[in-house]
Amino acid sequence: MKFLVCISNVPDTTTKITFTPDNKELNKAGVQFVINPWDEYALTRAIELKEQLGGTVTVLNVGEADTEPNIRKALAIGADDAIRVNAKPTDAFFVAQQIAAVAKDGGYDVILMGKESIDYNGFQVHGMVGELLGIPTVAPAMKLDMSGNSATLEREIEGGKEIVEVQTPFVVSCQEPMCEPRIPNMRGIMTARTKPLKVVEATGQGAATEVVEYALPPKKQGVKLIEAENAGELIRLLRNEAKVI
Amino acid sequence: MSVLVVVECDKGEVKKSSLEVASYGAQVAQALGTTATAVAVGEASEASLASLGEQGIGKVLYDNDARLKEFVNGAYTKLIAAAAKQEQAQVIVLANSNIGTSVGSRLAVRLQASLATNVVELPRVEGGKFTVKRGAYSGKAFSDVVLVNDRKIIAVKKNSIEALHNAGQTAQVQSFSAQLADADFADAPKQVIMQEQTGGVPLPEADKVVSGGRGMKGPENWHLIEELAKALGAATACSKPVSDVDWRPHHEHVGQTGITVSPNLYIACGISGAIQHLAGVNSSKVIVVINKDPEAPFFKAADYGIVGDVFDVLPKLTQAVKDLS
Repeated sequence: MKFLVCISNVPDTTTKITFTPDNKELNKAGVQFVINPWDEYALTRAIELKEQLGGTVTVLNVGEADTEPNIRKALAIGADDAIRVNAKPTDAFFVAQQIAAVAKDGGYDVILMGKESIDYNGFQVHGMVGELLGIPTVAPAMKLDMSGNSATLEREIEGGKEIVEVQTPFVVSCQEPMCEPRIPNMRGIMTARTKPLKVVEATGQGAATEVVEYALPPKKQGVKLIEAENAGELIRLLRNEAKVI
Repeated sequence: MSVLVVVECDKGEVKKSSLEVASYGAQVAQALGTTATAVAVGEASEASLASLGEQGIGKVLYDNDARLKEFVNGAYTKLIAAAAKQEQAQVIVLANSNIGTSVGSRLAVRLQASLATNVVELPRVEGGKFTVKRGAYSGKAFSDVVLVNDRKIIAVKKNSIEALHNAGQTAQVQSFSAQLADADFADAPKQVIMQEQTGGVPLPEADKVVSGGRGMKGPENWHLIEELAKALGAATACSKPVSDVDWRPHHEHVGQTGITVSPNLYIACGISGAIQHLAGVNSSKVIVVINKDPEAPFFKAADYGIVGDVFDVLPKLTQAVKDLS
């Protein structure tokens, strides 16, 4: 079984977000970049399935050279090899085209990724890749089991879940509680250095969307505290002042 | 040229988020000088579809194929694409739900459209540019995005647009068929398992949420959360540590890797407010925090707060809500 895991390079969760003076880009100064937390579910589950069924796990990232430390981290966690599409990931459609181009040539059985990235929050790339390749996408999945060419997945729906069975090849976007994400161990870190990391150039059309400006949400007024003994007063404020009940 | 609105239905009724989407689509149509047509998916009654006139919809297309009652990505995509073609839709509006975004991303490729998800405001159309505002960085920022392609798809975030209600207006319901083949149902669900919901409100749809954290001390105390939620007509939720130790099921976990919610009211009980939790709730309109630790970081993100013991405070709140009616 050949697994392709797409990872995104995102600012660490705890990052205080600021923008460049023209408000067109994230201010990267002092920001630590990590593997997108949702992609870690995809990566770990692919490695678990490889250990169970045999095969290979290839990691794919669309990004410039500064994403390589996180690609190496994915290799240290247990992926076999990696591909970096050498381009700035401008929007979901651009990234999806790069993934589809790599997947088309690679003959992968399962393409895994997180349900969205914690920076763009698009929830788009998996569906676009599925459509570009003409194969099913199951999103977002909480469970993925495989038997031969057949996969059984649990997909989250509003108020419940669905059991879906699909045949390879397919795309799956992952979320909790699919697995417990792994952290690299020393042996993994040592062997990751020698695993192949191929760099390819981008293909396809340009982006379908363009960010013109970022903005921070308006500052909160500050918390209005109510005495615990007089807790019922809160309900009155929620009705008369905030008008939410 | 027209605006096509994708309306999700469940058990015969149009979902609340789809009423918002219909209202959004009608307003976009008005701004563009055209009309808004809806295409309905899921299990819909004719009466509920006709009532979409109240949200400004003129016509509703509905394919009565029984196989479409449950979400099937391949089939829904084909159906909506066919409706978009028939109506010559320039703009397609759908909910920022699992269904809406799953279908929207496939449609964007199929129809060569620009797609924006997580959209929180009506678009600005000026000088030939079509710009939408959307949430980014897990609710820590917004971005203005230009949809470059001629055709645009917009996924509207829940609770960000007020649903219109022009009483007495009805939409014309037309049957519609996309000539679906068995191959379009390759990802059809084999089984659907619905989970119990407090007050019958699915968490992602809820406009009020009462949520508990480790400060609740154990699952046996959850009746305090449920009683307040019931009185308010709210959904219940929890923080990650709570679902990790199985006090509550995963589908109630709100946060960075769980469910993101944007209700009008989010009441956090015994949750300290780790940044991962905030990422899931910080676009809520009003945040209330109840915690006995005055230093809990959540108070910084809150609109109202009570420094006190949840076991004392929650029954008082429930009683106060009951006293209102």
